[in-house]
Amino acid sequence: MTDGFSTGPKADSALVATLKHRLEIGVSLLLFVVLVVGWEAIVWIFSIPSIVLPTPTAIVKALWVNLNTGRFYYHVGVTLWEILAGFAIGTVMGLVVGISIGQWKILENTIYPYVVGFQTVPKVAIAPLIIIWFGYGLASKIVITALIVFFPVCVSCIAGMHAAPQQQIDMLRSFTATRWQIFRIFKLQTALPYIFAGLDVAAVLAVIGAIVGEFIGSQGGLGYILLQRNFSMDTAGSFAIVIVLSLIGIVLHQMVNILRRYIVFWMEPEETLESESA
Amino acid sequence: MISVKELNKTYATREGAPIHALSNVSLEITQGEFVTVVGPSGCGKTTLLKILAGVLKKSSGTILVNGNPINAPSRQLGVVFQEPLLLPWRNILQNIMVPIEIQGRDRATFSAAAQQLLSLVGLEGFEQKYPRELSGGMQQRVGIARALIHDPDLLLMDEPFGALDAMTRDQMNLELMDIWSQKKKTVLLITHSIAEAVFLADRIVVMSPRPGRIAEIIVVDLPRPRHLEIINSDVFGAYVRRVRAHFGARGMNA
Repeated sequence: MTDGFSTGPKADSALVATLKHRLEIGVSLLLFVVLVVGWEAIVWIFSIPSIVLPTPTAIVKALWVNLNTGRFYYHVGVTLWEILAGFAIGTVMGLVVGISIGQWKILENTIYPYVVGFQTVPKVAIAPLIIIWFGYGLASKIVITALIVFFPVCVSCIAGMHAAPQQQIDMLRSFTATRWQIFRIFKLQTALPYIFAGLDVAAVLAVIGAIVGEFIGSQGGLGYILLQRNFSMDTAGSFAIVIVLSLIGIVLHQMVNILRRYIVFWMEPEETLESESA
Repeated sequence: MISVKELNKTYATREGAPIHALSNVSLEITQGEFVTVVGPSGCGKTTLLKILAGVLKKSSGTILVNGNPINAPSRQLGVVFQEPLLLPWRNILQNIMVPIEIQGRDRATFSAAAQQLLSLVGLEGFEQKYPRELSGGMQQRVGIARALIHDPDLLLMDEPFGALDAMTRDQMNLELMDIWSQKKKTVLLITHSIAEAVFLADRIVVMSPRPGRIAEIIVVDLPRPRHLEIINSDVFGAYVRRVRAHFGARGMNA
């Protein structure tokens, strides 16, 4: 009897939740189709020249041509390398500086003001200088990307280190833990969710960093051919590159997310909570 | 075993006037004794425990444990806090082993001890579970096992069951007495519940606030092992009234 009463509404609510979720996905897909069809229709109806706004079909065609050209992958490779190398270097530097500042009060008082001060400098504004210092090759783009990635990682790392509750630290101290042990056993893990939030922001910024660098001066990469196509009025081709760039951004974001779910496993909401809140 | 002499603690405040949290606290605890400290909030009982645990500096006075002065955290102590304070990324066994890891003791030897402690606190088979899979009472049992893992001489407990509901709390008190009689530890337990203080104690240290000082030390002469029924007895009631008298005089509820 009681079982019938308790499982009945529960099963119903689970079913409702699933249906609601499917409906949401359906509406989302429909919205995409409406937007694309509407775009295509507007270009046709108002006979907008393809230099100003190409149709989605033209963009897909341009993208298809690109994907069948060997040379295109060379440019994708250049930009990917700049993004990944810059992201890696910026992250490592951000973590080292962030953890050091979080761990030593004296560094926080001496170095942190400069970190904050330098953060307010628009990295795009100093990009031309970096091209002068590091040349037109890959190095300058990696430096720009690393600089842009550095700040969100560093700042979120410091915030995470400060988020460690004093009670927990006292608990570890009472068991005779040293500063280093408190960091290794507790503070680092507490900081991880913050660090991943910073990495997520940094992943998107890394793409911007590499492209800005290529815009200012380069001999290859997606930003380089994007500029070329702009000059030759190949608008559909430019859109195709923008699509590839956002795909790179989405994949990076997803990779950070998957890594976060795997490493910060204890922060994942319980399944029951998830279905209740859905 | 433990000797606290003329312990004083003053906190500096932003306003300038320092707060006298502990005033001339002196206390002797013998081996194997169960001592409870009871008092209203602001009487300095948590300050006292933090100083004993070595995580807070005293202003003056001496603390000796087995003749050794205590100025910093010591391996001779195990501490249980108001919250379980388990590390959510470690399973139960790994949480209990935290003190062993910190103190660089042999893991193999002590993981056997951890298993025994887990069955002592009624959590056999929970080694691989994570804290969030456990109820509040179970988590605090893990906290107790963690405090005992390195076999300390003295167990310090700061309102360990304050966050639990009344029925779980009674249960935990019974279990704690069981653990205490089996392990033969010296226990100093802080509480704001007068009934808990009387029920558990060999001696009750009654503290009063502003400045935090010892108002009276009461020897509880109730037979052991104690059961929950004892709470309804006249003798028990008399002890409770005697403690409450200290707070009633100031019109305070505790």
